[in-house]
Amino acid sequence: MSSDQNILVKLNKAGFSLNNKWLVKGVSLQVEKGKIVTLIGPNGSGKSTTAKIALGIYKKIDGSVEKYTNKVGYVPQKISIDWTLPLRVNDFMLLTESLDKETIDEALSLTGVIHLKDKNLGDLSGGEFQRVLLARAISKKPELLVLDEPVQGVDFTGEIALYELIKKISDELNCGILLISHDLHTVMSATDHVVCLNGHVCCSGSPMDVAKNNEYKALFGEQASQILSRYEHRHDHVHTSEGEIKKN
Amino acid sequence: MLDDFFIRALIAGIGVAIVTGPLGCFVIWRRLSYFGDTLSHSALLGVTLAYSMEFNIAFSVFIISSLIALTLIQLQKRTNLPGDALLGLLAHSSLAVGLVVIGFLSFIRFDIMGLLFGDILAVTVDDLFIIWIGGALILLVLKLIWKPLFASTVNYELAEAEGLNPDRAKAIFTILMAAIIAISIKMVGLLLITGMLIIPAAMARNISSSPQRMVMYSIIGGLLSVILGLFSSLEFNTASGPSIIAASLFLFILSLLNIKQSIKLKN
Repeated sequence: MSSDQNILVKLNKAGFSLNNKWLVKGVSLQVEKGKIVTLIGPNGSGKSTTAKIALGIYKKIDGSVEKYTNKVGYVPQKISIDWTLPLRVNDFMLLTESLDKETIDEALSLTGVIHLKDKNLGDLSGGEFQRVLLARAISKKPELLVLDEPVQGVDFTGEIALYELIKKISDELNCGILLISHDLHTVMSATDHVVCLNGHVCCSGSPMDVAKNNEYKALFGEQASQILSRYEHRHDHVHTSEGEIKKN
Repeated sequence: MLDDFFIRALIAGIGVAIVTGPLGCFVIWRRLSYFGDTLSHSALLGVTLAYSMEFNIAFSVFIISSLIALTLIQLQKRTNLPGDALLGLLAHSSLAVGLVVIGFLSFIRFDIMGLLFGDILAVTVDDLFIIWIGGALILLVLKLIWKPLFASTVNYELAEAEGLNPDRAKAIFTILMAAIIAISIKMVGLLLITGMLIIPAAMARNISSSPQRMVMYSIIGGLLSVILGLFSSLEFNTASGPSIIAASLFLFILSLLNIKQSIKLKN
Protein backbone atom coordinates (compact mmCIF):
# COMPACT_ATOMS: atom_id res chain seq x y z
CA MET A 1 0.00 0.00 0.00
CA SER A 2 1.33 3.39 -0.89
CA SER A 3 0.99 6.49 1.25
CA ASP A 4 -2.17 8.55 1.39
CA GLN A 5 -0.89 11.43 -0.68
CA ASN A 6 -0.91 9.22 -3.73
CA ILE A 7 -4.65 8.73 -3.55
CA LEU A 8 -6.53 10.57 -6.29
CA VAL A 9 -10.06 9.43 -5.60
CA LYS A 10 -11.51 7.29 -2.86
CA LEU A 11 -14.99 5.81 -2.59
CA ASN A 12 -16.27 4.76 0.84
CA LYS A 13 -19.27 2.43 0.69
CA ALA A 14 -20.61 4.56 -2.14
CA GLY A 15 -23.96 3.79 -3.73
CA PHE A 16 -26.45 5.44 -6.05
CA SER A 17 -30.15 4.83 -6.45
CA LEU A 18 -32.57 5.99 -9.12
CA ASN A 19 -36.36 5.69 -8.81
CA ASN A 20 -35.99 3.68 -5.58
CA LYS A 21 -33.75 1.14 -7.23
CA TRP A 22 -30.10 0.71 -6.33
CA LEU A 23 -27.89 0.89 -9.40
CA VAL A 24 -24.88 0.10 -7.30
CA LYS A 25 -24.31 -0.12 -3.58
CA GLY A 26 -21.52 -0.30 -1.03
CA VAL A 27 -18.57 0.27 -3.36
CA SER A 28 -15.25 1.01 -1.72
CA LEU A 29 -12.21 1.52 -3.88
CA GLN A 30 -9.38 3.94 -4.42
CA VAL A 31 -7.34 5.03 -7.39
CA GLU A 32 -3.73 6.03 -6.80
CA LYS A 33 -1.15 7.82 -8.92
CA GLY A 34 0.38 5.59 -11.56
CA LYS A 35 -2.00 2.72 -10.86
CA ILE A 36 -4.66 1.18 -13.08
CA VAL A 37 -7.84 0.04 -11.40
CA THR A 38 -10.18 -1.95 -13.62
CA LEU A 39 -13.89 -2.44 -13.07
CA ILE A 40 -15.32 -5.61 -14.52
CA GLY A 41 -18.76 -7.12 -14.30
CA PRO A 42 -21.75 -8.12 -16.42
CA ASN A 43 -24.10 -5.63 -18.12
CA GLY A 44 -26.06 -3.56 -15.65
CA SER A 45 -23.71 -4.37 -12.80
CA GLY A 46 -23.07 -0.69 -12.06
CA LYS A 47 -19.66 -0.12 -13.65
CA SER A 48 -20.52 3.13 -15.40
CA THR A 49 -22.50 4.26 -12.36
CA THR A 50 -19.47 3.67 -10.16
CA ALA A 51 -17.32 5.71 -12.56
CA LYS A 52 -19.84 8.55 -12.49
CA ILE A 53 -19.90 8.50 -8.69
CA ALA A 54 -16.10 8.74 -8.67
CA LEU A 55 -16.27 11.65 -11.12
CA GLY A 56 -18.86 13.56 -9.10
CA ILE A 57 -21.48 13.48 -11.86
CA TYR A 58 -23.94 11.83 -9.48
CA LYS A 59 -24.25 14.00 -6.43
CA LYS A 60 -27.01 12.50 -4.30
CA ILE A 61 -25.10 9.42 -3.33
CA ASP A 62 -24.99 7.07 -0.42
CA GLY A 63 -21.67 6.77 1.38
CA SER A 64 -18.96 9.22 0.40
CA VAL A 65 -16.48 10.02 -2.30
CA GLU A 66 -13.27 11.96 -1.75
CA LYS A 67 -11.67 13.47 -4.81
CA TYR A 68 -8.17 14.92 -4.45
CA THR A 69 -7.62 16.22 -7.95
CA ASN A 70 -9.36 18.49 -10.42
CA LYS A 71 -7.27 17.47 -13.40
CA VAL A 72 -9.58 14.81 -14.74
CA GLY A 73 -9.89 13.28 -18.19
CA TYR A 74 -13.07 11.35 -18.94
CA VAL A 75 -14.06 9.06 -21.79
CA PRO A 76 -17.76 8.28 -21.29
CA GLN A 77 -19.30 5.05 -22.50
CA LYS A 78 -22.11 6.72 -24.34
CA ILE A 79 -21.87 10.20 -25.74
CA SER A 80 -24.60 11.85 -27.71
CA ILE A 81 -23.49 14.98 -29.44
CA ASP A 82 -26.06 17.24 -30.92
CA TRP A 83 -25.31 17.84 -34.59
CA THR A 84 -27.00 21.24 -34.54
CA LEU A 85 -23.53 22.28 -33.42
CA PRO A 86 -20.93 22.71 -36.11
CA LEU A 87 -18.00 21.08 -34.33
CA ARG A 88 -14.69 19.97 -35.76
CA VAL A 89 -12.30 17.57 -34.06
CA ASN A 90 -10.03 20.52 -33.26
CA ASP A 91 -12.88 22.41 -31.53
CA PHE A 92 -13.76 19.29 -29.57
CA MET A 93 -10.17 18.96 -28.33
CA LEU A 94 -10.43 22.45 -26.82
CA LEU A 95 -13.73 21.73 -25.09
CA THR A 96 -12.74 21.78 -21.43
CA GLU A 97 -9.16 23.06 -21.54
CA SER A 98 -7.26 25.64 -23.54
CA LEU A 99 -4.44 23.74 -25.22
CA ASP A 100 -1.80 24.83 -27.70
CA LYS A 101 -1.52 23.39 -31.18
CA GLU A 102 1.45 21.12 -30.39
CA THR A 103 -0.33 19.45 -27.47
CA ILE A 104 -3.43 18.79 -29.58
CA ASP A 105 -1.40 17.42 -32.48
CA GLU A 106 0.63 15.20 -30.17
CA ALA A 107 -2.46 13.66 -28.55
CA LEU A 108 -4.20 13.10 -31.89
CA SER A 109 -1.04 11.49 -33.28
CA LEU A 110 -0.78 9.15 -30.30
CA THR A 111 -4.27 7.77 -30.93
CA GLY A 112 -3.69 7.76 -34.68
CA VAL A 113 -6.26 10.32 -35.80
CA ILE A 114 -4.18 13.41 -36.57
CA HIS A 115 -5.41 13.30 -40.18
CA LEU A 116 -8.98 13.91 -38.97
CA LYS A 117 -8.18 17.16 -37.15
CA ASP A 118 -10.23 19.45 -39.40
CA LYS A 119 -13.05 17.01 -40.01
CA ASN A 120 -16.52 17.56 -38.70
CA LEU A 121 -17.17 15.44 -35.63
CA GLY A 122 -20.42 14.16 -37.13
CA ASP A 123 -18.57 12.69 -40.12
CA LEU A 124 -16.37 10.33 -38.07
CA SER A 125 -16.94 6.58 -37.78
CA GLY A 126 -17.56 5.02 -34.37
CA GLY A 127 -13.97 3.84 -33.98
CA GLU A 128 -12.50 7.12 -35.17
CA PHE A 129 -14.69 9.04 -32.75
CA GLN A 130 -13.58 6.77 -29.92
CA ARG A 131 -9.93 7.55 -30.73
CA VAL A 132 -10.72 11.27 -30.70
CA LEU A 133 -12.43 10.90 -27.31
CA LEU A 134 -9.34 9.20 -25.90
CA ALA A 135 -7.04 11.82 -27.43
CA ARG A 136 -9.11 14.59 -25.84
CA ALA A 137 -9.00 12.93 -22.44
CA ILE A 138 -5.20 12.46 -22.44
CA SER A 139 -4.32 15.77 -24.10
CA LYS A 140 -4.93 17.78 -20.95
CA LYS A 141 -2.39 15.63 -19.09
CA PRO A 142 -4.81 14.64 -16.35
CA GLU A 143 -3.91 13.25 -12.96
CA LEU A 144 -6.95 10.99 -13.06
CA LEU A 145 -8.22 9.28 -16.19
CA VAL A 146 -11.62 7.61 -16.18
CA LEU A 147 -12.08 5.42 -19.22
CA ASP A 148 -15.46 3.80 -19.71
CA GLU A 149 -14.95 1.16 -22.40
CA PRO A 150 -12.51 3.39 -24.26
CA VAL A 151 -11.86 1.10 -27.21
CA GLN A 152 -15.43 0.11 -28.14
CA GLY A 153 -15.83 -0.01 -31.90
CA VAL A 154 -12.08 0.20 -32.52
CA ASP A 155 -10.60 -2.38 -34.88
CA PHE A 156 -8.66 -5.32 -33.45
CA THR A 157 -5.11 -4.09 -34.03
CA GLY A 158 -6.13 -0.62 -32.90
CA GLU A 159 -7.57 -2.05 -29.72
CA ILE A 160 -4.28 -3.61 -28.67
CA ALA A 161 -2.36 -0.48 -29.61
CA LEU A 162 -4.73 1.73 -27.61
CA TYR A 163 -4.48 -0.45 -24.52
CA GLU A 164 -0.71 -0.27 -24.80
CA LEU A 165 -1.04 3.49 -25.11
CA ILE A 166 -3.20 3.65 -21.99
CA LYS A 167 -0.58 1.68 -20.05
CA LYS A 168 2.15 3.96 -21.38
CA ILE A 169 0.21 7.09 -20.37
CA SER A 170 -0.25 5.74 -16.89
CA ASP A 171 3.50 5.24 -16.58
CA GLU A 172 4.62 8.45 -18.27
CA LEU A 173 2.18 10.90 -16.71
CA ASN A 174 2.09 8.94 -13.46
CA CYS A 175 -1.68 9.37 -13.56
CA GLY A 176 -4.21 7.05 -11.97
CA ILE A 177 -6.62 5.27 -14.28
CA LEU A 178 -10.07 3.94 -13.55
CA LEU A 179 -10.81 1.63 -16.45
CA ILE A 180 -14.00 -0.15 -17.38
CA SER A 181 -13.75 -2.97 -19.82
CA HIS A 182 -15.45 -6.12 -21.00
CA ASP A 183 -12.32 -7.41 -22.60
CA LEU A 184 -10.73 -9.59 -19.95
CA HIS A 185 -7.92 -10.73 -22.28
CA THR A 186 -6.28 -7.45 -23.07
CA VAL A 187 -6.94 -5.49 -19.93
CA MET A 188 -5.82 -7.83 -17.22
CA SER A 189 -2.20 -7.91 -18.30
CA ALA A 190 -1.79 -4.25 -17.42
CA THR A 191 -4.09 -3.88 -14.45
CA ASP A 192 -2.87 -3.38 -10.90
CA HIS A 193 -6.16 -3.86 -9.15
CA VAL A 194 -9.42 -5.42 -10.29
CA VAL A 195 -12.83 -4.70 -8.83
CA CYS A 196 -15.51 -7.15 -9.86
CA LEU A 197 -18.97 -5.60 -9.66
CA ASN A 198 -22.43 -7.05 -9.73
CA GLY A 199 -24.59 -4.37 -8.12
CA HIS A 200 -22.10 -4.49 -5.25
CA VAL A 201 -18.42 -5.36 -4.98
CA CYS A 202 -18.32 -9.05 -5.65
CA CYS A 203 -14.62 -9.38 -5.10
CA SER A 204 -11.52 -7.27 -5.59
CA GLY A 205 -7.77 -7.59 -5.51
CA SER A 206 -4.95 -8.28 -7.90
CA PRO A 207 -5.97 -9.93 -11.19
CA MET A 208 -4.61 -13.21 -9.80
CA ASP A 209 -6.62 -13.01 -6.58
CA VAL A 210 -9.80 -12.16 -8.43
CA ALA A 211 -9.35 -15.00 -10.87
CA LYS A 212 -9.19 -17.48 -8.00
CA ASN A 213 -12.28 -16.09 -6.34
CA ASN A 214 -15.32 -18.36 -6.46
CA GLU A 215 -17.82 -15.54 -6.89
CA TYR A 216 -15.86 -14.34 -9.90
CA LYS A 217 -15.95 -17.85 -11.37
CA ALA A 218 -19.68 -18.02 -10.79
CA LEU A 219 -20.15 -14.70 -12.55
CA PHE A 220 -17.91 -15.19 -15.55
CA GLY A 221 -17.43 -18.94 -15.74
CA GLU A 222 -14.40 -21.16 -15.38
CA GLN A 223 -12.93 -20.12 -18.73
CA ALA A 224 -12.70 -16.46 -17.76
CA SER A 225 -10.80 -17.47 -14.71
CA GLN A 226 -8.24 -19.24 -16.87
CA ILE A 227 -7.84 -16.18 -19.04
CA LEU A 228 -6.93 -14.12 -16.03
CA SER A 229 -4.44 -16.53 -14.61
CA ARG A 230 -2.84 -16.99 -17.98
CA TYR A 231 -2.17 -13.30 -18.24
CA GLU A 232 -0.89 -13.16 -14.71
CA HIS A 233 1.97 -15.43 -15.83
CA ARG A 234 3.20 -12.75 -18.17
CA HIS A 235 4.31 -10.69 -15.26
CA ASP A 236 7.71 -12.38 -15.25
CA HIS A 237 9.12 -9.44 -17.20
CA VAL A 238 8.87 -5.67 -17.33
CA HIS A 239 8.97 -3.23 -20.22
CA THR A 240 11.58 -0.50 -19.88
CA SER A 241 10.92 2.96 -21.28
CA GLU A 242 13.33 2.20 -24.14
CA GLY A 243 11.03 -0.59 -25.20
CA GLU A 244 13.30 -3.41 -24.06
CA ILE A 245 12.03 -6.39 -22.14
CA LYS A 246 13.71 -7.07 -18.85
CA LYS A 247 13.29 -10.36 -17.00
CA ASN A 248 12.42 -10.07 -13.36
CA MET B 1 -27.59 63.42 -34.26
CA LEU B 2 -29.43 61.52 -31.53
CA ASP B 3 -32.37 63.88 -32.09
CA ASP B 4 -33.29 61.91 -35.16
CA PHE B 5 -35.54 59.00 -34.17
CA PHE B 6 -34.24 56.91 -37.03
CA ILE B 7 -30.60 57.27 -35.99
CA ARG B 8 -31.61 56.31 -32.44
CA ALA B 9 -33.44 53.23 -33.71
CA LEU B 10 -30.45 52.26 -35.83
CA ILE B 11 -28.01 52.56 -32.92
CA ALA B 12 -30.40 50.61 -30.69
CA GLY B 13 -30.91 47.89 -33.31
CA ILE B 14 -27.19 47.47 -33.91
CA GLY B 15 -26.64 47.08 -30.15
CA VAL B 16 -29.38 44.46 -29.94
CA ALA B 17 -28.07 42.51 -32.93
CA ILE B 18 -24.54 42.26 -31.54
CA VAL B 19 -25.91 40.61 -28.39
CA THR B 20 -28.62 38.42 -29.95
CA GLY B 21 -26.01 36.92 -32.32
CA PRO B 22 -24.07 34.80 -29.82
CA LEU B 23 -27.06 34.21 -27.50
CA GLY B 24 -29.12 33.04 -30.47
CA CYS B 25 -26.48 30.42 -31.28
CA PHE B 26 -26.84 28.97 -27.80
CA VAL B 27 -30.64 29.09 -28.13
CA ILE B 28 -30.33 26.89 -31.22
CA TRP B 29 -27.62 24.60 -29.83
CA ARG B 30 -29.44 24.04 -26.56
CA ARG B 31 -32.91 23.84 -28.20
CA LEU B 32 -34.27 26.73 -26.21
CA SER B 33 -36.46 28.49 -28.77
CA TYR B 34 -39.68 27.74 -26.89
CA PHE B 35 -38.00 28.78 -23.70
CA GLY B 36 -37.25 32.12 -25.36
CA ASP B 37 -40.91 32.40 -26.39
CA THR B 38 -42.07 31.74 -22.85
CA LEU B 39 -39.80 34.41 -21.43
CA SER B 40 -40.86 36.97 -24.02
CA HIS B 41 -44.57 36.29 -23.49
CA SER B 42 -44.10 36.81 -19.80
CA ALA B 43 -42.47 40.13 -20.66
CA LEU B 44 -45.95 41.59 -21.24
CA LEU B 45 -46.63 41.19 -17.55
CA GLY B 46 -43.37 43.00 -16.87
CA VAL B 47 -44.37 45.85 -19.15
CA THR B 48 -47.77 46.30 -17.50
CA LEU B 49 -46.18 46.33 -14.07
CA ALA B 50 -43.71 48.94 -15.28
CA TYR B 51 -46.57 51.15 -16.49
CA SER B 52 -48.69 50.74 -13.39
CA MET B 53 -45.83 51.48 -10.99
CA GLU B 54 -44.12 54.01 -13.25
CA PHE B 55 -41.01 51.89 -13.33
CA ASN B 56 -38.36 51.40 -16.02
CA ILE B 57 -39.70 48.91 -18.59
CA ALA B 58 -36.45 47.07 -19.29
CA PHE B 59 -35.78 46.61 -15.60
CA SER B 60 -39.23 45.31 -14.72
CA VAL B 61 -39.28 42.97 -17.74
CA PHE B 62 -35.91 41.62 -16.64
CA ILE B 63 -37.22 40.94 -13.12
CA ILE B 64 -40.46 39.26 -14.29
CA SER B 65 -38.73 37.14 -16.96
CA SER B 66 -36.09 36.00 -14.48
CA LEU B 67 -38.82 35.04 -12.01
CA ILE B 68 -40.63 33.05 -14.71
CA ALA B 69 -37.38 31.30 -15.62
CA LEU B 70 -36.73 30.37 -11.99
CA THR B 71 -40.33 29.16 -11.65
CA LEU B 72 -39.83 26.97 -14.68
CA ILE B 73 -36.70 25.39 -13.21
CA GLN B 74 -38.56 24.65 -9.96
CA LEU B 75 -41.58 23.20 -11.80
CA GLN B 76 -39.29 20.97 -13.83
CA LYS B 77 -37.86 19.57 -10.62
CA ARG B 78 -41.15 19.12 -8.77
CA THR B 79 -43.63 17.89 -11.37
CA ASN B 80 -43.69 15.06 -13.85
CA LEU B 81 -45.00 17.25 -16.66
CA PRO B 82 -42.91 17.35 -19.82
CA GLY B 83 -40.86 20.47 -20.50
CA ASP B 84 -42.90 21.73 -23.44
CA ALA B 85 -46.15 21.53 -21.46
CA LEU B 86 -44.60 23.56 -18.65
CA LEU B 87 -43.32 26.11 -21.13
CA GLY B 88 -46.77 26.44 -22.71
CA LEU B 89 -48.38 26.72 -19.31
CA LEU B 90 -46.09 29.55 -18.21
CA ALA B 91 -46.12 31.34 -21.58
CA HIS B 92 -49.87 31.52 -21.95
CA SER B 93 -50.76 32.08 -18.33
CA SER B 94 -48.30 34.93 -17.97
CA LEU B 95 -49.55 36.42 -21.26
CA ALA B 96 -53.14 36.10 -20.05
CA VAL B 97 -52.40 37.64 -16.67
CA GLY B 98 -50.56 40.46 -18.43
CA LEU B 99 -53.59 41.16 -20.67
CA VAL B 100 -55.97 41.04 -17.69
CA VAL B 101 -53.81 43.55 -15.86
CA ILE B 102 -53.89 45.80 -18.93
CA GLY B 103 -57.70 45.61 -18.74
CA PHE B 104 -57.57 46.99 -15.22
CA LEU B 105 -55.23 49.78 -16.22
CA SER B 106 -57.84 51.52 -18.40
CA PHE B 107 -56.58 54.91 -17.23
CA ILE B 108 -53.28 54.39 -19.06
CA ARG B 109 -53.17 54.58 -22.83
CA PHE B 110 -51.36 51.51 -24.16
CA ASP B 111 -49.85 51.08 -27.54
CA ILE B 112 -50.47 47.33 -27.68
CA MET B 113 -49.26 47.02 -31.26
CA GLY B 114 -46.02 48.78 -30.42
CA LEU B 115 -45.56 46.45 -27.48
CA LEU B 116 -46.16 43.30 -29.50
CA PHE B 117 -44.29 44.24 -32.67
CA GLY B 118 -41.83 46.94 -31.70
CA ASP B 119 -41.87 50.66 -32.33
CA ILE B 120 -38.84 52.55 -33.55
CA LEU B 121 -40.46 55.87 -32.69
CA ALA B 122 -40.45 54.84 -29.04
CA VAL B 123 -36.68 54.44 -28.68
CA THR B 124 -35.35 57.18 -26.41
CA VAL B 125 -31.79 58.20 -25.56
CA ASP B 126 -32.25 56.45 -22.20
CA ASP B 127 -33.12 53.24 -24.05
CA LEU B 128 -29.86 53.53 -25.99
CA PHE B 129 -27.93 53.58 -22.73
CA ILE B 130 -29.86 50.57 -21.43
CA ILE B 131 -29.28 48.61 -24.63
CA TRP B 132 -25.56 49.36 -24.96
CA ILE B 133 -24.59 49.12 -21.31
CA GLY B 134 -26.90 46.15 -20.68
CA GLY B 135 -25.71 44.52 -23.90
CA ALA B 136 -22.06 44.97 -22.97
CA LEU B 137 -22.72 43.40 -19.57
CA ILE B 138 -24.53 40.45 -21.17
CA LEU B 139 -21.63 39.84 -23.56
CA LEU B 140 -19.07 40.14 -20.76
CA VAL B 141 -20.88 37.58 -18.62
CA LEU B 142 -21.37 35.29 -21.62
CA LYS B 143 -17.63 35.44 -22.29
CA LEU B 144 -16.93 34.49 -18.68
CA ILE B 145 -19.23 31.45 -18.74
CA TRP B 146 -18.48 30.51 -22.34
CA LYS B 147 -16.29 27.48 -21.61
CA PRO B 148 -18.56 25.65 -19.13
CA LEU B 149 -21.69 26.63 -21.05
CA PHE B 150 -20.32 25.48 -24.38
CA ALA B 151 -18.78 22.29 -22.99
CA SER B 152 -22.03 21.31 -21.28
CA THR B 153 -23.94 22.11 -24.47
CA VAL B 154 -21.78 19.55 -26.23
CA ASN B 155 -21.93 17.03 -23.39
CA TYR B 156 -23.15 17.69 -19.87
CA GLU B 157 -21.35 14.77 -18.22
CA LEU B 158 -17.97 15.61 -19.72
CA ALA B 159 -18.25 19.17 -18.46
CA GLU B 160 -19.37 18.03 -15.01
CA ALA B 161 -16.72 15.28 -14.74
CA GLU B 162 -13.90 17.61 -15.72
CA GLY B 163 -14.87 20.18 -13.13
CA LEU B 164 -16.53 22.96 -15.14
CA ASN B 165 -19.71 23.44 -13.07
CA PRO B 166 -22.28 23.36 -15.90
CA ASP B 167 -25.29 23.89 -13.62
CA ARG B 168 -24.07 27.30 -12.58
CA ALA B 169 -23.38 28.24 -16.21
CA LYS B 170 -26.90 27.16 -17.18
CA ALA B 171 -28.51 29.24 -14.43
CA ILE B 172 -26.48 32.30 -15.42
CA PHE B 173 -27.38 31.80 -19.07
CA THR B 174 -31.08 31.75 -18.14
CA ILE B 175 -30.66 35.16 -16.52
CA LEU B 176 -28.88 36.41 -19.65
CA MET B 177 -31.88 35.32 -21.74
CA ALA B 178 -34.18 37.36 -19.51
CA ALA B 179 -31.81 40.31 -19.87
CA ILE B 180 -31.66 40.24 -23.67
CA ILE B 181 -35.45 40.12 -23.85
CA ALA B 182 -35.64 43.07 -21.49
CA ILE B 183 -33.32 45.25 -23.54
CA SER B 184 -34.69 44.36 -26.97
CA ILE B 185 -38.43 44.48 -26.26
CA LYS B 186 -38.97 48.08 -27.43
CA MET B 187 -37.11 47.48 -30.63
CA VAL B 188 -38.44 44.13 -31.83
CA GLY B 189 -41.63 43.70 -29.80
CA LEU B 190 -42.34 40.83 -27.46
CA LEU B 191 -43.90 38.49 -30.02
CA LEU B 192 -40.86 38.59 -32.29
CA ILE B 193 -37.87 38.62 -29.95
CA THR B 194 -37.31 34.89 -30.29
CA GLY B 195 -37.22 35.37 -34.06
CA MET B 196 -34.42 37.89 -33.63
CA LEU B 197 -32.54 35.30 -31.57
CA ILE B 198 -33.13 32.28 -33.78
CA ILE B 199 -33.29 33.32 -37.41
CA PRO B 200 -29.85 34.97 -37.79
CA ALA B 201 -28.29 32.07 -35.87
CA ALA B 202 -30.12 29.53 -38.05
CA MET B 203 -28.86 31.36 -41.11
CA ALA B 204 -25.34 31.24 -39.67
CA ARG B 205 -25.61 27.49 -39.02
CA ASN B 206 -26.22 26.93 -42.71
CA ILE B 207 -22.99 28.55 -43.77
CA SER B 208 -20.52 27.83 -40.96
CA SER B 209 -18.26 24.94 -40.06
CA SER B 210 -17.17 25.86 -36.54
CA PRO B 211 -18.89 27.34 -33.48
CA GLN B 212 -16.82 30.54 -33.58
CA ARG B 213 -17.76 31.17 -37.19
CA MET B 214 -21.40 30.50 -36.48
CA VAL B 215 -21.36 33.17 -33.76
CA MET B 216 -19.63 35.62 -36.09
CA TYR B 217 -22.01 35.06 -39.01
CA SER B 218 -24.95 35.21 -36.62
CA ILE B 219 -23.89 38.68 -35.49
CA ILE B 220 -23.33 39.83 -39.07
CA GLY B 221 -26.71 38.41 -40.09
CA GLY B 222 -28.42 40.19 -37.21
CA LEU B 223 -26.74 43.50 -38.11
CA LEU B 224 -27.76 43.22 -41.76
CA SER B 225 -31.32 42.32 -40.72
CA VAL B 226 -31.57 45.36 -38.46
CA ILE B 227 -30.20 47.75 -41.06
CA LEU B 228 -32.29 46.32 -43.93
CA GLY B 229 -35.38 46.04 -41.74
CA LEU B 230 -35.20 49.54 -40.32
CA PHE B 231 -34.67 51.19 -43.68
CA SER B 232 -37.62 49.33 -45.16
CA SER B 233 -39.65 50.15 -42.06
CA LEU B 234 -38.95 53.82 -42.74
CA GLU B 235 -39.59 53.48 -46.46
CA PHE B 236 -42.84 51.49 -46.33
CA ASN B 237 -44.09 52.71 -42.94
CA THR B 238 -44.23 49.21 -41.45
CA ALA B 239 -43.64 48.18 -37.80
CA SER B 240 -39.96 47.80 -36.97
CA GLY B 241 -40.06 44.30 -35.46
CA PRO B 242 -41.73 42.50 -38.38
CA SER B 243 -39.55 44.39 -40.87
CA ILE B 244 -36.35 43.28 -39.14
CA ILE B 245 -37.53 39.67 -38.85
CA ALA B 246 -38.66 39.62 -42.49
CA ALA B 247 -35.22 40.87 -43.49
CA SER B 248 -33.58 38.08 -41.47
CA LEU B 249 -35.87 35.55 -43.14
CA PHE B 250 -34.65 36.87 -46.48
CA LEU B 251 -31.03 36.27 -45.38
CA PHE B 252 -31.94 32.80 -44.14
CA ILE B 253 -33.37 31.89 -47.56
CA LEU B 254 -30.16 33.15 -49.19
CA SER B 255 -28.16 30.87 -46.88
CA LEU B 256 -30.21 27.89 -48.06
CA LEU B 257 -28.94 28.50 -51.59
CA ASN B 258 -25.43 28.07 -50.22
CA ILE B 259 -26.36 24.64 -48.79
CA LYS B 260 -27.71 23.48 -52.14
CA GLN B 261 -24.41 24.39 -53.78
CA SER B 262 -22.35 22.50 -51.23
CA ILE B 263 -24.55 19.40 -51.57
CA LYS B 264 -23.99 19.53 -55.32
CA LEU B 265 -20.26 19.72 -54.72
CA LYS B 266 -20.34 16.65 -52.51
CA ASN B 267 -22.13 14.61 -55.14
